[in-house]
Amino acid sequence: MLQVIRRYGLMLIVRPIARLLFTLDAIGGEKLPKDGPAIIAANHNSHIDTVVLLCLFPSKLLPKLRPVAAADHFDKGGFGSWFSKTVIGIIPIKRGGASRGEDVLLAAKEALTRGEILVVFPEGSRGEPEAMTRFKTGVARLAEFCPAATVTPVYLQGAGRSLPKDAKLLVPFNTTAVIGDPLTWNGSHHAFIEALRERIEALKAQAPPLRWE
Amino acid sequence: MGFNLFGLSVYLVNPALMFGFAGVLALLILGTIAALVLPAMQPGKWSDLGPRMRSWWIIVILVGGALLLGWQATAIVFGLISFLALKEFLTLAPTRKEDRLIVFLAYISIALNYGLIFADTLFEDSYQIYLVFTPVYLFLAAAATMAWIGRTDGYLSTVGVIHWGTVVCVYNIGYIAFLMRTPDAEAPAGAAGLVFFLLFIVQLNDVAQYCWGKAFGRTKITPKVSPNKTWEGAIGGWLTTALVFYFLAPYFTPLTPLHAAIMGVVVPMFGFFGDITMSAVKRDLGVKDTSRLIPGHGGVLDRLDSLTFAAPIYFHLLAYFALERF
Repeated sequence: MLQVIRRYGLMLIVRPIARLLFTLDAIGGEKLPKDGPAIIAANHNSHIDTVVLLCLFPSKLLPKLRPVAAADHFDKGGFGSWFSKTVIGIIPIKRGGASRGEDVLLAAKEALTRGEILVVFPEGSRGEPEAMTRFKTGVARLAEFCPAATVTPVYLQGAGRSLPKDAKLLVPFNTTAVIGDPLTWNGSHHAFIEALRERIEALKAQAPPLRWE
Repeated sequence: MGFNLFGLSVYLVNPALMFGFAGVLALLILGTIAALVLPAMQPGKWSDLGPRMRSWWIIVILVGGALLLGWQATAIVFGLISFLALKEFLTLAPTRKEDRLIVFLAYISIALNYGLIFADTLFEDSYQIYLVFTPVYLFLAAAATMAWIGRTDGYLSTVGVIHWGTVVCVYNIGYIAFLMRTPDAEAPAGAAGLVFFLLFIVQLNDVAQYCWGKAFGRTKITPKVSPNKTWEGAIGGWLTTALVFYFLAPYFTPLTPLHAAIMGVVVPMFGFFGDITMSAVKRDLGVKDTSRLIPGHGGVLDRLDSLTFAAPIYFHLLAYFALERF
């Protein structure tokens, strides 16, 4: 029942509104995985990034799509937690403050084992709008854990203008998502995130020029 | 605000308008058949045609349906089109993080501009209010707001971008919806006939220029801006459109033959300049298409380019030559 409501909510409410406000241009959409287990890795500038990525997929895949999100932000308890986990379908992940020996990636690994599609932002934070920061190694550890899962790089542009970090006012701008060829686990955490980062940087060239200072 | 169902019944029995719609429908069906047949005959060459025709169907149903429903529906549809066009423009134009508030206010201007079309009968002689509101008062408001919040770095370029976007995407496109407020008795096919004729003529001009250019194009007209445009295409398209305008004008407009001849010459010329102006803007911004919203066409602004110039001149010449209301 919940899955039916989520699916039609995405199809009939979220996607039309998002298309009106952000247009949701996509380049290379055919390179997205058709099924799990898989990982989508994108640069991160705005809460809207998650909406843009979820809308890229056909709505029948929605039950499998699991955005990995910061627990300190989206799992603070109460209605917000319930909404993030049940309606949006996030997997909360601890950023710092985890005890030694605790595997913060456990829930994400379980999702991969179930054949789900993880949506991750390797930067770990939205940061300055429309600027990319260092990548964390979590995505490489997930790829190592589940070598069957491909990691599809996505470059996102525009959402950081519509709703940057700390902004209260949402201003409509078009977003562009450029989807690249998927990567597979290459044996080294550092080399993997470097390759991923290079790929996302390279995808930027296909997006329309960004005039934003 | 009830929709004009009485107007709908009037339009449905109007022969010129129904003939016009039937003609457009015939073209759509022909194009759709071509989109099914040509790719099978020459694989790879016509891949664009299928999505292009599907988009045309949606455009025609949306705009044609709005025209038949009356001026309210037309104002709402073109208000949405203005929003999409302005968003494309402001996404590509240079703006800064600090300009987000002023960009937001630019979107608000769509509600004001189209609100004046709804409020047309509220004020005495509000025709003049529509004419000056966006180009004068919105311009002043944007400039003053920027000064008030203390944005002095890059002041002129931001105010310029906002003014450019609102005039081209909102005010000029708004003329199409505003024309629908002409009393139906003033034109042989009603207000919807006037708007239909404008949209038909401008799209015909684009197609005719393309066909003449393909057949006889040699001499480039604006090599720096639009390398595909030729003198042969532009002049052939212009003459074709002017002739069609002249001969169809009696069915859709209250123009005398002389006035129809003048408008037949002027309106397509404005369309051409709208086209190359938007091309110049796109060159400056470094893009070929303004977005990918309409499969096979590009963005909303790519489809509207000629209309941003042709709509105001069509409105003003009609108002000057023939319409009592304006």
